[in-house]
Amino acid sequence: MTATGLERTPEIKKVTPELARHMEELWKTKPGLFGFLGTTDHKKIGIRYLVTAFAFLVAGGIEALVMRVQLAQPNEHLVGPAAYNQLYSTHGMTMIFLYALPILSGFSNYLWPLLFGARDMAFPRMNALSYWIFLASGVFMYVGVAMGAGPNDGWFNYVPYASLPYNPGLNEDFYSLGMIFYGVSTTVGAVNFVVTFLKMRAPGMSVNRVPIFTWGTLTASVANLLVVPCVSLAFLMLWLERQFGFHFFDPGAGGQPILWQHLFWMFGHPWVYAIVLPAIGMVSDGLPVFCRRPIVGYTVVSLATVATMILGFGVWVHHMFADGLPSLALSFFSGASIIIVVPSAVSVIAWTATIWTGRPVITTAFLFFASMIVLFVIGGVSGFMTGSVPVDWQLTDTYFVVAHIHYVLIGINLFPVVGGIYFWFPKFTGRLLDERLGRWNFWTMFIGFNLGFLPMHLSGLLGMPRRIYTYPAGMGWGWVNMVTSIGGFLFAIGVALLLVNIVISLRRGQVAGPNPWDAPTLEWSVSSPPPSYNFAVIPKVESRHPLWEDRLEEIEGHTRVAEGPVLDHSKEALTTTILDADPDLIMKMPEDNVAPFILTCAMSLGFTGLLVHLWWMAAAGGVLSLVSLAVWLWPSRRLAQVSGAPL
Amino acid sequence: MTEVLAKPLPVGPYDRRGNSWWGVMCLIATEGSLFAYLLFSYYYFDFQLPSSWRPDEHPKFLLSAPDSVILLISSVFVWLGERAIKRGNRAGASLGLFSGAALGIIFILVQFKEWADKHFTPGSSPYGSIYFTTTGFHMAHVTAGVIALLFVGVWNQLGYFDRERHAAIANAAIYWHFVDAVWVTIFFTFYITPYLW
Repeated sequence: MTATGLERTPEIKKVTPELARHMEELWKTKPGLFGFLGTTDHKKIGIRYLVTAFAFLVAGGIEALVMRVQLAQPNEHLVGPAAYNQLYSTHGMTMIFLYALPILSGFSNYLWPLLFGARDMAFPRMNALSYWIFLASGVFMYVGVAMGAGPNDGWFNYVPYASLPYNPGLNEDFYSLGMIFYGVSTTVGAVNFVVTFLKMRAPGMSVNRVPIFTWGTLTASVANLLVVPCVSLAFLMLWLERQFGFHFFDPGAGGQPILWQHLFWMFGHPWVYAIVLPAIGMVSDGLPVFCRRPIVGYTVVSLATVATMILGFGVWVHHMFADGLPSLALSFFSGASIIIVVPSAVSVIAWTATIWTGRPVITTAFLFFASMIVLFVIGGVSGFMTGSVPVDWQLTDTYFVVAHIHYVLIGINLFPVVGGIYFWFPKFTGRLLDERLGRWNFWTMFIGFNLGFLPMHLSGLLGMPRRIYTYPAGMGWGWVNMVTSIGGFLFAIGVALLLVNIVISLRRGQVAGPNPWDAPTLEWSVSSPPPSYNFAVIPKVESRHPLWEDRLEEIEGHTRVAEGPVLDHSKEALTTTILDADPDLIMKMPEDNVAPFILTCAMSLGFTGLLVHLWWMAAAGGVLSLVSLAVWLWPSRRLAQVSGAPL
Repeated sequence: MTEVLAKPLPVGPYDRRGNSWWGVMCLIATEGSLFAYLLFSYYYFDFQLPSSWRPDEHPKFLLSAPDSVILLISSVFVWLGERAIKRGNRAGASLGLFSGAALGIIFILVQFKEWADKHFTPGSSPYGSIYFTTTGFHMAHVTAGVIALLFVGVWNQLGYFDRERHAAIANAAIYWHFVDAVWVTIFFTFYITPYLW
């Protein structure tokens, strides 16, 4: 029966305690330092992502609070102009790169295999690698900050101010090399998400049955594959120009400063969508659970996610309307920036209809998810306004744009993220967060946020420019800024309440059980926290809502999680076909492995060598990286990569 | 339902089936984008600046044309190597892979000669900067491809691969073809378009 001699027919078994024990033996992370550095468990890596990204959120938040003290009144002198430049640049770098995407990667890493009915990601060791590089590149850039050499030209880093004659310190070198390093992490992570989506879904989970959250992360990951090289290249060009006298951007030698802006925003605008689409997906999956019904318009919301990203590739010039580009270009990009409202509006209508036609249960998670709709609309409208060229010419480089970006990024990233924490914390830890403290948490954040950022629209309309470190009295901006600062501090207290709630609930929270919200997707079918192997047998999925099949009339099949293929010869997983998720291969999954950690150390050595011009150190980092890659990729008998390997 | 799940399935990567093939496809997508942005930068200069931004003398074909042919032929050898292992011919596979790597090394050496013959440096103008950066990136990718071919060739000699188990060879081969295809776009951009406008 085996045509190739490489085939095996999986045994179908019921889940028993003996099987569970056997799987635990196979899949558990090894104890001690080796296990700590070598674990490939997507749940451990996911938690690391979440914790690290949250630490960066706190750092970026403290930077913001210092700025809000500085700006609370006219003529403040808490920090000088040079320090202020570093503050707002570091704040942007931290929030946009080190918090906003990694926090979503944390959710995706933890949840994807559970949502898909899989035992791990497609590339468990690359998963570890993307985390370690994220950590190392974040530390790399923050070493610069600690040395007073943080980025000081905004996160967008325009030339010529970033060029050597105007910026001779190490600031821009830390930022350039750090961003190239960080780009490796994003790329490795994106490859893993794309292939996991394509190949690791449980049998029967065809592409029209996946949770919308996974559509969000998939779309963002494809975008990252296509645009991250752009910013890495731009930063490499900048570094070559600064260190080796290349001429890309300096007008004196025929270089083109606007080329930097194109390269940066061809990356930057798709990136903005990449850091919100997965969060939007979390709302699309989480909100309906508390409305006690499936989301209205699954198909259009999924398509809207993809459409937003595709249109998102064609709007970058709206960051450059004031550059003096030809009016034909302005018209095209203005049109695209306005049309992109359509798919967003589709999602907004779908969520509203879901609440309207559902029976909402008001929990803290629901409040965070539902409030996101309001904030999305406000941020969307201000974005729609500045998509119009004449309006943009009036408002660009004012606080109006600062208000817009914060409504978009806090409203559509942080609010869903905190909602996601309330929603999935019981899955992560086995305990529920406290709902009473949760209400305080929500209302403090919601009121603080709007008190802080709604008036920013006004300061922008009153003509207050972005990025100024102080302003004279008599401009009429004083009281607006005072309100903004008070709101900012209130918002920070709200975030602190979340941390308090986490600390308290970790110890004393109500025990959750597998499915405290009576939610429909597969992650709620396993214990909280899930076992190391996720699913003792491979599930067979029959619908979009496996755990609601009994009560949804249109669903006929029954998803099976208690009996199925065991795949227990070693750490094994099942891959499936791309569209229909029919069984395709039995994959041998790697054991814990320290190669990703060592590769990250070697790369850190290399980038440090480049920074300080110790070429032998850079070369050593490169050679060590190659060696660790060779060890990593050496064909393994255990992973059945070698002819004659045991099946 | 049981019959859907309880059917014989291949264990481990098998021919091109396996996650690593899709991983390499993603790698190619992201590396292909990198070269698209490099060429975008070239054309941006070309459209923004007067044609005098390029050196007076158009790039010559004396070395570059045969060198391009060498690179394309290397792809044929690698393709033959992959075909050989699919037929279980281990020696033929090694011959194809190592020949491909050898031609890749010749390509790099000729490229260094091409570099040495240029009358400009990376620091002399935007043209020099973008020329050396783009071709340098490409040579780095050829080098990575050569290393990959050498590794899979050695692994093949160690007897790791056979008719069904050769995902690593398939992955290295498709990466190599990608590196060659990229060269065609670079060659067209830097060597041919100056004659067109």
